[in-house]
Amino acid sequence: MNVRVQDLTKAFSTKAAPAVFQANFEAPSGGITTLLGPSGSGKTTILRIIAGLETADAGRVLVADEDITPVPVQKRGFGLVFQSFALFGHMTVRENVAFGLRTQRAPKDQIEARVGELLKLVQLEGHGDRYPGQLSGGQRQRVGFARALAPRPRLLLLDEPFGALDTRVRLELREWLRLLHEATHLTTILVTHDQEEALDLSDRIVVMDGGRIQQVGSPDEIYQSPSTPFVASFIGSANVLRGRVSAGYAQVASLSLDVPANTPDGTPVRAIVRPHDIRIERAGIEDSVLDRRTAAGRISRMVNLGAHVKLDLALTTGDAVTVHVARREYDSLGLVAGESVLVDLESARVFVEDYVI
Amino acid sequence: MADLAPARPAPSLPVSESDTLPTRRVKAKARTRPALRGSLLVRISLIALALAFLALVVLLPLAAVFAQALEKGVGAYLRAIRQPETMAAIRLTLLTALLVVPLNTVFGVAAAWLIAKYRFWGRNLLITLIDLPFSVSPVIAGLIFVLLFGSQGLCGQWLSDHDIKIVFATPGIVLATAFVTFPFVAREVLPALQAAGNAEEEAALVLGASGWRLFFRVTLPKIRWALIYGIILCNARAMGEFGAVSVVSGHIRGVTNTVPLQVEILYNEYDFVGAFAVASLLTLVALATLVVKKVAERFQNARNVEGWR
Amino acid sequence: MAGATNIAARPGWRPGPLPGFRPTLGFTLLYLSLVVLLPLAALILKSAGLSWGEFWTTVTSNRALAAYKLSFGGALLAGGINAVAGLLLSWVLVRYRFPGRDLVDAIIDLPLALPTAVAGIALTAIYAPTGTVGGFLEKHGVQVAFTWAGVVLAMVFVGLPFAVRTVQPVLMELGPELEEAAAVLGASRLRTFLRVILPVLIPPLLTGFALAFARAVGEYGSIVFISGNMPNHTEIVPLLIVTKLEQFQYQQATALAVVMLTGSLVTLLAVNLLHAWNRRWAGHG
Repeated sequence: MNVRVQDLTKAFSTKAAPAVFQANFEAPSGGITTLLGPSGSGKTTILRIIAGLETADAGRVLVADEDITPVPVQKRGFGLVFQSFALFGHMTVRENVAFGLRTQRAPKDQIEARVGELLKLVQLEGHGDRYPGQLSGGQRQRVGFARALAPRPRLLLLDEPFGALDTRVRLELREWLRLLHEATHLTTILVTHDQEEALDLSDRIVVMDGGRIQQVGSPDEIYQSPSTPFVASFIGSANVLRGRVSAGYAQVASLSLDVPANTPDGTPVRAIVRPHDIRIERAGIEDSVLDRRTAAGRISRMVNLGAHVKLDLALTTGDAVTVHVARREYDSLGLVAGESVLVDLESARVFVEDYVI
Repeated sequence: MADLAPARPAPSLPVSESDTLPTRRVKAKARTRPALRGSLLVRISLIALALAFLALVVLLPLAAVFAQALEKGVGAYLRAIRQPETMAAIRLTLLTALLVVPLNTVFGVAAAWLIAKYRFWGRNLLITLIDLPFSVSPVIAGLIFVLLFGSQGLCGQWLSDHDIKIVFATPGIVLATAFVTFPFVAREVLPALQAAGNAEEEAALVLGASGWRLFFRVTLPKIRWALIYGIILCNARAMGEFGAVSVVSGHIRGVTNTVPLQVEILYNEYDFVGAFAVASLLTLVALATLVVKKVAERFQNARNVEGWR
Repeated sequence: MAGATNIAARPGWRPGPLPGFRPTLGFTLLYLSLVVLLPLAALILKSAGLSWGEFWTTVTSNRALAAYKLSFGGALLAGGINAVAGLLLSWVLVRYRFPGRDLVDAIIDLPLALPTAVAGIALTAIYAPTGTVGGFLEKHGVQVAFTWAGVVLAMVFVGLPFAVRTVQPVLMELGPELEEAAAVLGASRLRTFLRVILPVLIPPLLTGFALAFARAVGEYGSIVFISGNMPNHTEIVPLLIVTKLEQFQYQQATALAVVMLTGSLVTLLAVNLLHAWNRRWAGHG
């Protein structure tokens, strides 16, 4: 059951910018598609439009090539899991899970069997007769999943489902969701601002900012080949160095980096390089070469973060750069604070302002 | 599948970082939610039904007060109010309010402070006692003072020996009114105090503030509007109290008649214009009270995100 | 005020870090005693002076029984009407937007602020056979004023704010998410209302009912004008008490007052229990 969103636009007020502007993407059948972006980027709005809780001002939503825009929310047959759980507090867990089946007017024994099945799936078997108020956050959200899945929805919509949970529970449930998805292959659309979650779970990521889609692609594509500075800095950490084009090269810090041919001199550019993509070595070692992609600097601060060491560098041009060095490499290099080093910024991606390479 | 049941209930850590991000969870009022709106027909019928009920029970009587008062024109209206007995009644009512309201305010704030800021044995009992006048009929409220201070009452002999009159005189009226209206300030201030929390007071305490300074400079500004509304409401009830005062006052014209009692007298004498004219005065006080409430709400809402209602 | 003092119920016990506990407690207790406890004690004491036989005859006389029926029965009916009206008004005020909504919201408190005597004569003016609505109804053979219906009407008037203001905040807190969840799960608006929203509103509705009931039972001023005050027909218990007082039959008045007070205390207890139940209920979700 694939989902296609076409030219979706929605504005909540005529004064502010639209919440969603001409969004286009496809969520492949049987996969997890993540809408990823900061708060206010429009991702939740799109999800709610797909669910039928909001109506778009323009554009349409197609599920299995059928335009569902005129279908009322009650009839869409989707499952929705809320960040705040939205469980019915006056009903038991069992009654919560059964709710969607009751509205379908399924026969009682079928309902009971299905509820039992789901409680087993979310590992809450003994808790059927308890009330949501008696459960922990993680347990409540599992009930939320069970309730959404009970009526066999054709599409699963998740609105920041782990956002209200403690970190450890969040990770556990993330893993649980991945396994669940592997078993059911239910088309899922997930909304989150947690990029680690997106990279971990998704088959496809839709990166959003300010109501517009920035990039659509697989986690690898998004990570390795970000198409805009926003995507580059939103996913994974990034160093941003600014400069201008001069003599046909982007002059950033003390580096000369490649730019597309015919880029006029004086155009502002941004070079983005990930902290763990920077190669670092001691200055003054014999055959180290200071070429157009290597810069010199001093270590201003060193922090041991367990798996890697974070080095804050001050380049000779004054720019600040952060480098992550794996533990092993760090040990073999034997660097100390204050030392002069050379950094190779070969893997920097250059973005010419206002449009994308 | 991995076993996911947490080893123990989720720890009560501060909730994850995403809670500190501004969320777009906006309450129903500010956003249109087409999926949840009932049909237009249902909405309109419900609104119409509600308004009809309100009109029949509240609005029509309200209008009747002014309609009847002005039936014979503004001149008759003003004359009715300027009658000497009526003026005496107004004076007595004002005097009563002037005595009762400040006393009940101080008590109400003290009691609310006690309940909100401390834990002690008898706290629940205190809460129940404060609500007591609400569930006691005003007639009984008057009766108990007659039983205490009346000539046949417990203290009756002692009082007549010392030639002190409480019942059938102003002091009795003041006491009975105080009884009936004392919950009002406490009940308005208490939720405001509870909603405002202790954090600011504790901060002031750590900075070395004394009790009074703490109260006047830190707490009072926070609950200002709830307090004002409580005082205004207490005032409206104090001026308008009928049942308790009726029992205690002895209905001595020109001496122990308050405005509500005067209304009754005029009405029973079939002086409808007079009765409604005098009644309209208190109605205006009541309407003013409602206006103050709306204003207070608006200001308090500007303070708290959720409002204190 | 000195620093934090403590009144030790057990060693090391403190009422809290904020200063001023002892003076505040002292003042509060003093005031309470003078204005509330002492007079109530007088009532108890005086009623103790009655012989049991006398007490019983008074409180079970036909006239008294008719008055109980009217006061308590009428209050029950009025409470029920108020509960329904409270639900309706809260819903309309919280969920819908219409011109004048703020005004409506403010007007609901009028019965709280308006003197009962004024309410009494105003209601009579409208619903007596000479009044606007009363005249219309009389043509159709329905009498409101000077009957038990008038009594119930006045009781509905005074209880209305209680019924609305208990439900309204709960409804405001509810938020749209539960309904959205129900809608996505396929529930129609009616089903959502009956199964998701209404159950949450039952506790505050009951509290509102109880408060309105308690208010109506003891109400005097707004009823005595519209009821006509005919013994055994439209005489409420508070009026009966006043009549006995005017005839200087203090013993009988006291006896009746004790009955009323017992009823009030029972209601108060019920309200407190309801609140406790309400909190427990809210803890479930």
